Amino acid sequence: MLSTYQYPTFSYRPSEEQRTGTVKRHPVVIVGAGPIGLTAALDFARRGVPVVVLDDDDTVSIGSRAVCYAKRALEVWNRLGSSKRMIDKGVVWKVGKVFHGDSQVYQFDLLPEPDHKIPAFINLQQYYLEEYLIDDAMKTGLVDIRWKTRALSVRDEDGRVVIQAETPDGVYQLEADWLIACDGAKSSIRKMLGLDFVGQVFQDRFLIADVVMKADFPAERWFWFDPPFHPKQSTLLHMQADNVWRIDFQLGWNADPEEEKKPERVIPRLKAMLGEKTEFDLEWVSVYTFQCRRLEQFRHGRVFFAGDAAHQVSPFGARGANSGVPDTDNLVWKLKLVMDGVAPDSLLDTYSDERVAAAKENLLNSTRSTDFITPKSEVSRTFRDAALELAATQPFARSLVNSGRLSTPTTYADSRLNTPDEDGFQGAMVPGAPATDAPLEFTDGDTGWLIDRLGGSFVGVYYAGSNPVPADVADAMDQQTRGRIPVTWIVVTDRRTGAPGTAVDYKGRFRERYDAQPGTTYLFRPDQHVAARWRRFDAARTTAALTRAIGL
Amino acid sequence: MAQLITENRFSSPDAFYEALIETHRDLTPEQSAKVNAKLILLLANHIGDMEVLQQAMIVARGEAG
Repeated sequence: MLSTYQYPTFSYRPSEEQRTGTVKRHPVVIVGAGPIGLTAALDFARRGVPVVVLDDDDTVSIGSRAVCYAKRALEVWNRLGSSKRMIDKGVVWKVGKVFHGDSQVYQFDLLPEPDHKIPAFINLQQYYLEEYLIDDAMKTGLVDIRWKTRALSVRDEDGRVVIQAETPDGVYQLEADWLIACDGAKSSIRKMLGLDFVGQVFQDRFLIADVVMKADFPAERWFWFDPPFHPKQSTLLHMQADNVWRIDFQLGWNADPEEEKKPERVIPRLKAMLGEKTEFDLEWVSVYTFQCRRLEQFRHGRVFFAGDAAHQVSPFGARGANSGVPDTDNLVWKLKLVMDGVAPDSLLDTYSDERVAAAKENLLNSTRSTDFITPKSEVSRTFRDAALELAATQPFARSLVNSGRLSTPTTYADSRLNTPDEDGFQGAMVPGAPATDAPLEFTDGDTGWLIDRLGGSFVGVYYAGSNPVPADVADAMDQQTRGRIPVTWIVVTDRRTGAPGTAVDYKGRFRERYDAQPGTTYLFRPDQHVAARWRRFDAARTTAALTRAIGL
Repeated sequence: MAQLITENRFSSPDAFYEALIETHRDLTPEQSAKVNAKLILLLANHIGDMEVLQQAMIVARGEAG
């Protein structure tokens, strides 16, 4: 098989602790250096917290695996300073086409709105993504990735987590105030704690192939139901970097995974799809089955579960890595406030509450997609085929066709950290919603984006419109920037005023997307979700909302 | 003349589809066919407009060919 990518090998180095036989206590230990563990590590490092990451391997992901990264995950990496390389290397796309047989049923556009910094989706082989995150994590000087190190046992006792780790040099012990299990769908930490991971197994198998070819397909997601080259099953095509294409074939439950992986089985399938004349090389092949399941709770004392270790979904909709990244986005700021003694321990329970709600939403969507794509009974297949046939001429039927509802971020609508609206607002930016972007021009004449200014700490945005900021409001904001829970304030105007620290909503998108009128005030959490909003600024209400948002 | 509405009217198409498939869970093909027939009769009566029903029948039959 061909290789467009040189897999790096990260050398194992014995830790100081293991060499000297001393037990060291770390603020945070993360198990698993996949996309989720690395994102968590980088987030801690950006907040000045040193972190140890244990990984039983010594390289990055083998094969393209997750492939599709959605806007919200990219916005998290944007906050952490890592998104540019991913977007530059990745294939940006937003159009999806659905085919039935040999004709197109319909197409969709995932980001019909202009003026967002981050694209709807990129496709990028997972190994590149991991390599970039490792580079960025190492540059911080605060992330200690211990390769070839496997967690053998984990005990939560006496206010700390005790971990036995196995390396090529034997077993040693380390301790952590907090442990985050990002060790994937087969999480060994989950098994060590004896936690149930229940849900639905789907009786189907899928062949995934990374294929190197120079092809004329556009950068779009193409999904076929019952294509002529693969009758009765489905096929999915995605373009990736380096002329590598990802193709997923549904095989059915009776397929033999070992047989199907053989090039002599795979190549004829690809030739049927791509045509005899298309030249291609196979780079990676795998066969998988999947389940839709989750943990009841994502927090267990001092141990947190994130990503596939906490919830596993079907691949339709790209909801795996794209829901794991928001897990750590939600957890890290909370853990930092608890470490600093600012927020109570109970704030950490809201990690589980909010992300379990998100996992339910992802599981519901991915289960429904799977039921449509892989009908489990004759009648289910009949309805599916009827919907597909009607979709060619009947607009309503297109809304029933489900080839994967692609990952969108969860609004924490029922979170107790939200301050419910007292004033009337229109639009999507309700308390609990992830901030939507808007282009802004800053005082120095630089054009930029709202999304670049949110996150890290709490951020308040005061929309002044064409009015000046009242002196008492400016004073109260100034005080809050120096409070126990600091708030960074941004004043948004509808025209250039030259006042320092203001941002001009030069396209009016902020006003439009946030239903803003002069005086409208938004408070954003460190993970860029809306905590509260009002029609006029009120220092006491802002303080109350802040207190509520940290679980006090 | 009343027109068959072909634009989407479901607030959640996926929720409807899930409920529809769930209605057939664990049924034999014969039982499912009977359930579908009853469902059509119930909905046809609810619509009650012969013109609309006839348009729907033509679309359904035409598509099936």
